[in-house]
This record gives sequence, C-alpha cells and structure tokens, in this order.
Amino acid sequence: MKRIETEAIVIGGGATGAGTLRDLSLRGVRAVLIEKSDIASGTTGRNHGLLHSGTRYAVNDLESARECIRENKILKKIARHCIEDTGGLFVTLPEDDPSYHGKLIEHCKYAGIRCEEVSVQEALRIEPNLNPNILAALRVPDGTIDPFRLTSANVLDAQERGATVLTHTGVSGIIREGDRAIGVRCRDRRTGVELEVFGGIIVNASGVWGQEICASAGIALRMFPSKGSMVIIDYRINNVVVNRCRVPSDGDIIVPGDTVSLIGTTSKKVEYDKIDEITVDEDEIATLLESGEKLIPNVSRTRVLRAYCGVRPLIAVSGEMDGREISRGIVLIDHERRDSVGGLITIAGGKLMTYRLMAEMAADLACAKLKVRKKCRTQKTALPGSERKLDQAKSVKFFTGIPNSVVGSTLYRHGQRIRNILHREKRNYGLICECEMVTEGEIEYALKKLNVKDIVDLRRRTRIGMGPCQGQLCAYRAAGLFVKYDSATSAESNKMLVDFLEERWKGIKPVLWGDALREVEFCYWIYQGLFGLGDVRFPEEGEDR
Amino acid sequence: MIKLENISFDHCIKCTVCTIYCPVARATHHFPGPKQSGPDMERLRIKSPGLLDDSLKYCTNCKRCEIACPSNVKIADLIQSSKWRYFRKAFRVRDFFLARTDLMGGVATRASFLVNFFIKLFPVKFFLDRFMKIPSERRFPRYAQGTFRAWYKKHRKEQEAFAEKAVYFHGCYVNYNNHDLGKDVVTVLNAMNVGVIVTDEKCCGVPLIANGYIDKARKNALFNIESLARSASESGARIVSASSSCSFALKHEYPNLLELDNSAIFDGLDYITRFIHERFEKGNVPAMGPVPVRAAYHSPCHLERMGGVMNTIEVLKKIPGLELTILHSECCGIAGTYGFKKEYYKVAQKVGDELFKRIERANPEIVITDCETCKWQIEMSTPYRVEHPVTVLARAIDGKKL
Repeated sequence: MKRIETEAIVIGGGATGAGTLRDLSLRGVRAVLIEKSDIASGTTGRNHGLLHSGTRYAVNDLESARECIRENKILKKIARHCIEDTGGLFVTLPEDDPSYHGKLIEHCKYAGIRCEEVSVQEALRIEPNLNPNILAALRVPDGTIDPFRLTSANVLDAQERGATVLTHTGVSGIIREGDRAIGVRCRDRRTGVELEVFGGIIVNASGVWGQEICASAGIALRMFPSKGSMVIIDYRINNVVVNRCRVPSDGDIIVPGDTVSLIGTTSKKVEYDKIDEITVDEDEIATLLESGEKLIPNVSRTRVLRAYCGVRPLIAVSGEMDGREISRGIVLIDHERRDSVGGLITIAGGKLMTYRLMAEMAADLACAKLKVRKKCRTQKTALPGSERKLDQAKSVKFFTGIPNSVVGSTLYRHGQRIRNILHREKRNYGLICECEMVTEGEIEYALKKLNVKDIVDLRRRTRIGMGPCQGQLCAYRAAGLFVKYDSATSAESNKMLVDFLEERWKGIKPVLWGDALREVEFCYWIYQGLFGLGDVRFPEEGEDR
Repeated sequence: MIKLENISFDHCIKCTVCTIYCPVARATHHFPGPKQSGPDMERLRIKSPGLLDDSLKYCTNCKRCEIACPSNVKIADLIQSSKWRYFRKAFRVRDFFLARTDLMGGVATRASFLVNFFIKLFPVKFFLDRFMKIPSERRFPRYAQGTFRAWYKKHRKEQEAFAEKAVYFHGCYVNYNNHDLGKDVVTVLNAMNVGVIVTDEKCCGVPLIANGYIDKARKNALFNIESLARSASESGARIVSASSSCSFALKHEYPNLLELDNSAIFDGLDYITRFIHERFEKGNVPAMGPVPVRAAYHSPCHLERMGGVMNTIEVLKKIPGLELTILHSECCGIAGTYGFKKEYYKVAQKVGDELFKRIERANPEIVITDCETCKWQIEMSTPYRVEHPVTVLARAIDGKKL
C-alpha cells in the first residue's frame, strides 16, 4: 500500500478545504488535500454564485451579515478574476410587505453595509429588464463569484507552494492510534489503488459529508442537510443582481453568472442518507420560474438551460439533536476537547462567502496544534491570476490577432494566467467550445495545471459544455484533446464522453421543454444516431482496464 | 435593454447549418460564420460589449443563413444590428459617399458623361484605390444623363389615365443609372392595362444600413412608408418595385432591422414579378413575340429570402422562344457596397467565383437577374451582358431587339 507522510491533511476539496490548504501552504505547512470527487463538485459548486453583500442576512442574522460584508471587501481584492462587481438591487414588488424595505435599510446600517435607496426610474436604468411595476428599490454592493474558479485558484496556489492534491480519492476511514487520529485510509476511485496518508493534524472540511468522516473516527456529529435548487437561464437577462425585498423565501434572487443568469433558490429538508441522490423537484422549478418572472418578465420568454440542486451543510452545535440548535454560522470543532479524539478538527457551516474566514479559523487551530507560529496571510495575498487589476483592453492589444471574444473570455476566467494559456505564435486559440469560447490552449493548460481528470472536471475549470448546446459540439472535441495531451487513452476518453453527456443530461431532464428539448434531441441524434455512442461497450468496474 | 423581438438567438440549437450555407464563411477563414457571429456571440455581447469581434464585419447581409435556419433565428439581422449597436462609428469618406446613392446620383446625372469618363481614368482609379480604399479593379455602373423622374414627368398624364394603377418604387439605380429599366416597367405594366404612378421617394436604405447610417436609414424609411402609403391609398393601387433588394428592405428590413411599423405598405407591396405573375395566372397575359435567346437565370439572395424566385421563373417561362437555364443558387458576392471596398473585394470575388463558373458552363448569350448589383458584379466578372427579367419581358412585348 502506498504511504504518504505529511504535516497536515485536509479532507474535502470544496472552497473551505481548498482555502484551508492554501492558508496552511502560505504558512509553510506541508499539506495534502483529499477529495472524493472533483474540487468544487459538492456544495461549493452548487449554489448561485452570489458575492453576498450581507444585505440578505441583515435583518435576521446580523453576525452573518457583518462577516459577509467584511469578506466581500477582502475577496474583491484577492480574487478579482473570480468576481464580477455587478452591484445589486433589492426591489419591492406590489404584493410585498412595504415595511421590510425600511427595516432592511436600518439593519444594513447596523451591519455596516452601504445600502442606498434609489428611485424606480434609476433602478430601471441600472437594470432595464427589471419589472417596471416595482414600488421601491435599494442599491447594495452585491456581486457575483464563480465558485469553481475560486476553489481552483486556491488549490493552484497551494500546489505551487508545495501542497499535494488527491482528487477522485475517497476517504474510507480515519486511522486512530489510541485517542489520536493519525491519518486517513483512502482509495483512488479511478484506479482502485489504496493509500494511507499520515499527518500531525487532520482538518475535516468535507461539509455535509463530515458526518460520515467523523463517524469513521467514532465521533458523533449531526448534520441537518437542506436542499436548495436553482435554474439556469440561457443568457444574461440581467446584468445586476436582482433580489426581492422581503423576508427570505423561495425564488427571490436572480444572479447574472458569467454568460447566464440563475434564479435561486428553494429550501427543502432532506434525509441525511439521501444527500447523494437528491434531484430537483417539479414544484421547485415552477416556484422558481414563477417568482423569477415577477422580478424580470423576460424569464417567461427565454430558454431554461438546466436545473440543479445542492445541499446546505447545517450543523448541530452542541451535539444535541434538537432542530433549534442548528446554526447557520461557522462551526469550528476541536475534537480533542469535544470528544477527546486528538489530531482531528472539523470546520463546517458557514457559506461560500466566508470560506476564507473559515479556512483562517481552521488553519489557526491546526497551526496551534502543530505548534507552528505563523500568521494568516490569505486576506492580503492575491490568488494566482488576480495579482493585478484585470484590464481587458490591454490584453486585447497584447494578443492582437486573436479574437476579442477569446481574449476577453479567457481573461475573465483565468485572470493574469492568460499569459500561460494563449500564445500568438502557437496558434492554440482554435475554438473547442463555441458557446463559451474555450480554446485548445485553455484546455491544454487545464489538463496540465488544474488537476483535471475527466471532461466533467474540465467543465468546472473552463465552462466547456456550459453554454446553450450543453456539450453538443464541444464534448467530443474535448475528449479527443485528452488523448492528444496524454491525459487519457482513447477508451478512457470514450468513457469520459459518455459520463459527461450523462452528467449534462441529468441537469437538462428537469427542464425538458421548448428549445432545450429540441437541443437535446439534436444532441442525441449526433451522439447516438451519428456516433453510436450508446452501443460502445466499456469494461465493467473492477474488470481489468 | 434586451428587446423581446430580438431574442430569436435564444432558439438557436447550434446545428450549424447556417455556416454550411454561408457563402462568406466558405470564401474566407476570417469570417467564423453566421452561427458564431450571430447567436453565439450575441450571448457574449449581452454579457459585455467588449467581447465583440471585428470579424462580423465580413458578413454581407445576404440572408442565406436565415433561409437555412430551421429555428427561425434572425441571424443576419443580429449581425447587422450588432455592427451599428456596438462599433464606434468613425467617419469614413468612402462609406459616407457609397451609402448616399441618391446624393451621388443627383450630382452625377447632371454631367454623367464627364463622370463616366473620369471614373475610368487611371489616375482617378489610383486615387480611389489608394486614398478612398475603393479597389481599382472594380468597375463602376455608368450614370445616365438626367433622371428617370424627369422622363416620367412628361408621361404622367397618360399613365394616370389608366383605370388600374400601380405605385412604382423605382429606386436609385433606375433613377440615376438605368432609365431604360424604368421605361421597360412602364411598357410591361401598360401592356397589361396597368398605369404606373411614381411618387416621392428616397433611397430605400439598403446602402445606409450596410454602412451603419441607421438614423438616416430610419428617416428615409419613415419618409418612404408615409409617401408610398399615401399614394397607394389615393389611387387604390398596389406598390411594386423592380429591385429585389429595395423591395426586400421596404418589406422586411424596415420592421425587423430598423424596428419601424410598415404595416401601412406591407400587404400592398410586391416585387414586380409577383405582381405580374399573379395577373398572368388570372389570364391577363399581354401579346408577346418570340425572344430567341439562350439565357441563364441567377436568383439574387434577397429575392430568395423573400421567396420570390418562383414568380420570376414562371414569368420568364411565359416568354416564347426564350431558352432558359436556371443556375444553381449561389451568391454573386458583391452585396451592394461590400464589393466596392478594398478590404472585402477579394472575398467578394471569391464568393462569386462559383457562380461565375456555373454561368460559363451554362454557355448563355445573356444572363438574367433581378438585382442591379448582381448585374454589375456578373458583368464585371464574366463576359456576359446581364438583363432584368422585366427588360426581357418588355422586348417580347414591344418586339425590339434584346
């Protein structure tokens, strides 16, 4: 069995895990990240990508609101290429309680959030597609954040500082020695190779799946998973985040994310043993589209690309199983104190917005245990790609000869790392994904630098297959590039292609009408009718590959 | 604001058939094709106008993509409107003058022999090529002396005597370059007992749209709609145009691209061969003598987009003695003022190459086509004379030599 010795082990490749890994690496601690699937494949990648200003929490949860606005300001400096400073609006519809508007202004003052009242005309100027019947509007410093890029940039930075990342590697158990956890047993899910990783401290940052990790170390930790669903609209129907000014409820936000808009979110309790098989329900989609249409009437006329859902990791603080004990805030547990199991800490709860703060808290505790006396630097150190301000005009000029749309999109996704991707001489800017302008160069870069193991991973790094055609024209080209750049054999790339199309199909299935249905029919015709992909036989799991 | 009328790009299922049918994408790799420049890029342009690609300037607005599209996406409209929505308009002397066909015509027809003489001189060609970026290989259409309207004024009385009348939108080409075509229209319609009314009109706007003078195009359009509608309702007549691109603009570009309400003229407006064919069907066929000529018919892109090609072919088939070859549908490449620009000249000629070869293979005596710019392009690029279907019809009626 393979054996790895390190100082710290981080379980979970979401934003918190990746942030913790980076924080530790910045402090000079050698660390290994273990993720059972791909980075940002769990809760991190399954939200609406809102860069909260905290306004949404201001009335109900002042502490969270303060955390949000603090982190909002930090992220705008360190993660420029993952963020778009779109600004946000809180609009009151005729059927909404008008008193919430005033309450929100007051509470924003307490939380320190810059929240200004704007006239309806001004709101319509800022966001022309808004419902013109709104009664009042507030302007807040909301923005958008791309969770995939954010997590990937954290991991990239950590790796460049010496950290090790094991994706598609599931933890099968915590290795205990007396009352200490000293390492983890895990298994590479692609190759089936078992390995053991030993370290002085284990940070459990696996979110809602942390319950299982703790259970394998003999610790009881109770999660209260809650499902949130979202739908994606074909293009940007708004350029500013639009919130509904009312007590938080289903379907009260539309976020412009990169080239699309997202309507979020619902909230439904799910049983813990069902968290890996949740799907979007029909009534959720109906609710989202109905409420979305009230904010922006165009919603009813546009194509819905797909629907997806994620699990919020709400945690019981005191070990009590009572629902009222659930906290939405950040929970840091030192299992040495709580359960007399040394060498293990759990960081959970919180939000994508506060990932850096959570990572800082976890890394502080981990360093205290490892007796490393280094201060956190993540609030000042920019992520790779965000070192300087992004200047599209300058990049377009530098890459004269390459289409603006390619340069602009690549810069948007990778920040300053665009210089590692595009080359005028190499002519590697041929388009692979025509909807999202993903080039061969970008795919080569992702394959070599960004821990990409299959096309689904590649999608999270580059947006390939996330446009209107959902992989119809780019998936097979990408599969070919895996072979060209020695990342897969041709049989493996065929399998990847099937997996990728199945994954796309899963998200389209709930919204199968209109243009999305026509698109899918055409896609099926290409891959089944033309390529016969459904008839390709792959070796079964466990069979020799 | 994203206008609801303009979201047809949302229906694109990326089948790419438009790019297969795009004559420009076939001719140059600089143009990524209508799918990429239209619906694909529209999503990005909505996200950020900075993602605009210059390459969409290569689009000739031939509308073949829209004919091919199974999802009814207004691809060419998307590309055209992006040209003037997103590009910062820098004043170009050449584009200004190319776009103003009526201004140029008004001046040139006062001393047409001088203009026609000078424009062929080497130093003038050199100057135009070097400083105006109009390629020296390009042959200009000849200007006529005086205007068609002046001729018509003398004949107004006799035309108004007819019981049935049609309002004739003659367009700039007939007015300034080719009076004979206008006279042929009068001959043909008169032979069918239809009088011809000419009312006030301005350039239909096609060259203005192509060169990005949208405000001016809108002004002209409003003028034309108002004037034609008034004239048509006074005399209870239908409106006809013998230029395929003019009638396409009046009927489809006004509402779709210029976003103007043209319902006042939409139903009453026909391309001339449709008007003639309808009457032929009803038995109103004038007496025709034989025109023993071997001809090849080229269908212009904009007439195809309107679905009017069948009318022209049916009308031509009625002419005794005419030996007709229908050419495979290809774009000639000139696309109005496009082929007059140095940066696109080579592309324009390459686009037309297939058509020129096919004409050669058909071995005709003349070529027939509905569009004046197609005529210039074919006459410049092949050794054949090009005539309008109405001209051929007029020769069958008046018995003169074609």
